[in-house]
Amino acid sequence: MRLVILETSSVVTEWAAKYVAKRINDFKPGPDRYFVLGLPTGSTPHGMYVKLIEFYKAGKVSFKYVKTFNMDEYVNLPREHPESYHFYMWNTFFKHIDIVPENVHILDGNAEDLVAECNSYEKKINAAGGIDLFIGGIGPDGHIAFNEPGSSLVSRTRVKTLAQDTLEANARFFGNDIAKVPKQALTVGVGTVMDAKEVMVLITGTHKAFALYKAIEEGVNHMWTVSAFQQHPHTLMICDEDATLELRVKTVKYFKALSTVHHTLIEENTSLEQFRTIH
Amino acid sequence: MLRQFRNCRILRNHEIVRDDIWVRDGKVVDPEKIFFDEKIQADVQIDCQDAIVAPGFIELQINGAFGIDFSYNSEDIENGVNTIAKGLLQHGVTAFCPTLVTSPKSTYAKVMPKIKRRKGDENGATILGLHIEGPFINTQKKGAHPPEFIRSFDEGFKSLLDVYGDLSDVSIITLAPELENSLDVIKKLKSENIVVSVGHSMGNLKDGEAAVRSGASFITHLFNAMLPFHHRDPGLVGLLASDNIPEGRTVYFGIIADGIHTHPAALRIAYRAHPAGLVLVTDAISAMGLEEGQHNIGQFAVEIRDRKAFVAGTETLCGSIATMNECVQILHKATGCPKEFALEAASLHPASVLGITDKKGTLNFGADADFVFLNDDLDLISTWIAGKCVYSRV
Repeated sequence: MRLVILETSSVVTEWAAKYVAKRINDFKPGPDRYFVLGLPTGSTPHGMYVKLIEFYKAGKVSFKYVKTFNMDEYVNLPREHPESYHFYMWNTFFKHIDIVPENVHILDGNAEDLVAECNSYEKKINAAGGIDLFIGGIGPDGHIAFNEPGSSLVSRTRVKTLAQDTLEANARFFGNDIAKVPKQALTVGVGTVMDAKEVMVLITGTHKAFALYKAIEEGVNHMWTVSAFQQHPHTLMICDEDATLELRVKTVKYFKALSTVHHTLIEENTSLEQFRTIH
Repeated sequence: MLRQFRNCRILRNHEIVRDDIWVRDGKVVDPEKIFFDEKIQADVQIDCQDAIVAPGFIELQINGAFGIDFSYNSEDIENGVNTIAKGLLQHGVTAFCPTLVTSPKSTYAKVMPKIKRRKGDENGATILGLHIEGPFINTQKKGAHPPEFIRSFDEGFKSLLDVYGDLSDVSIITLAPELENSLDVIKKLKSENIVVSVGHSMGNLKDGEAAVRSGASFITHLFNAMLPFHHRDPGLVGLLASDNIPEGRTVYFGIIADGIHTHPAALRIAYRAHPAGLVLVTDAISAMGLEEGQHNIGQFAVEIRDRKAFVAGTETLCGSIATMNECVQILHKATGCPKEFALEAASLHPASVLGITDKKGTLNFGADADFVFLNDDLDLISTWIAGKCVYSRV
């Protein structure tokens, strides 16, 4: 696992955007060779999307041959609702770039048969050749996507009933009325993300510090689902200083000592392949 | 054909925001729906080069332009209408109400059947129906209307039908509310979905309020051809601040912001008193759009000097020749109102008067794709109807 510790959250999002752009460009995607991204929503990745749009407009990256799979979506929330992840993805990212609509996949929380929707999502990911880079954020309780504490670490895409804590945390997006917060969501499973060739997790802010500690310093535990990625061969965690507050000095020093290696990961004229063997 | 207008600042929901406009079949469409449901991309992308894109201007009161007058050039009215409809495109007007001033009965019979509602295209702006100003007005406030043709509602609505004949292409009627039987006429017109505008009137505030309660919703060229504001009886001007208007109703008022017919201070008073009702009208005469110098228009000799129209050889003003685009700029400068407001006073507000905001006067999804490109000084760059460019300055 790699842990990249950066000064602030804005540096984290910029670093992440540079990494994504570099991975796409190094892959040299084309009509017969699509790069497949797994995408998150939320406030942490927002800055990454802003930067990626900037890079796209500057001609530094194109999404023409990129396929995307989003992590999750609420159940029974109208798609045009400002809190729906369709709305978020369209307005935050897709409408600003050159992605082809048929290459975009977001779980349909309004599908008649939700189970069938989840199963077909897994098939679509397989048909696309699997996910090359899955990007995620985490919740303060260490969840990734809607895989909340106690989720199976081999779970697949499925319908998930949301925890009371999550409903309460989300009420602020629904006029502080908990009755309006969707109670279910569709989400990729921990296993689905584990199948990706590479996983990049963004963690910023003091409120995520405990989750980061649980994710990397304690053992693999389904009560902190993001800890599962300790067992993934290519996990890249990117955090800001605030998120390190619960880590041991030893841990922080170890990863900071590797920072020169980490920074070469986003240099435009360095091939990434040479780092595949360094962990 | 799906068109995407990129790199623009669009006026939507009273704000200028950076966003794209997507157009299909002449309507503004929701690109998110198309992206996720139809999974298709735009066939054509149009770079707006950072222009402000606002709904096309809507003109509710225009007597003529380019040397033609709707009321006097009754002989070849079809060609005249076409010339004006086309010419207005170069001033950002995408829809208008041709206006007839007080005329003999024979003129109404001749002209009205020939000016039908019609959709706009590259040949001209949309015609939204006629605005008939008179002859049921007050002789004492006749303005430039010929007094010999002014009439009264002796037989109520029948008198009106007797003069106009068919009302099917009429959108607005200006009348003086103090005339006998006028309230009954207003109620009847309202029930026929015709907008009643009060004007050319000696009416006091009570007359105005009674008219509004009967269904009138518009005031014709505020301050002009009505009693001046008086603090003990504010007259029709008082409707801007009346507390005797049915709840939920807005009284709109046309105002000629040409910098001449309404003093900038009067413009500011109207703007501050009742911004929601402010509708820009040019009330332009046939000399609008003509070059400086002397012109013989119908029976008049008109001289255009310093962007004003005079009766030739005199200092007497003979009507407004400002364009709608100029009025927007003058309103913005004179009142210090936001650009958004100045643009909506020429689009959303007139569309509200006619009750057509689902189609015109906005760039909401589902509306007609009629818009103008403007620079930051609000100078017109180009005019678009149903998503097609119908005029470009360069």
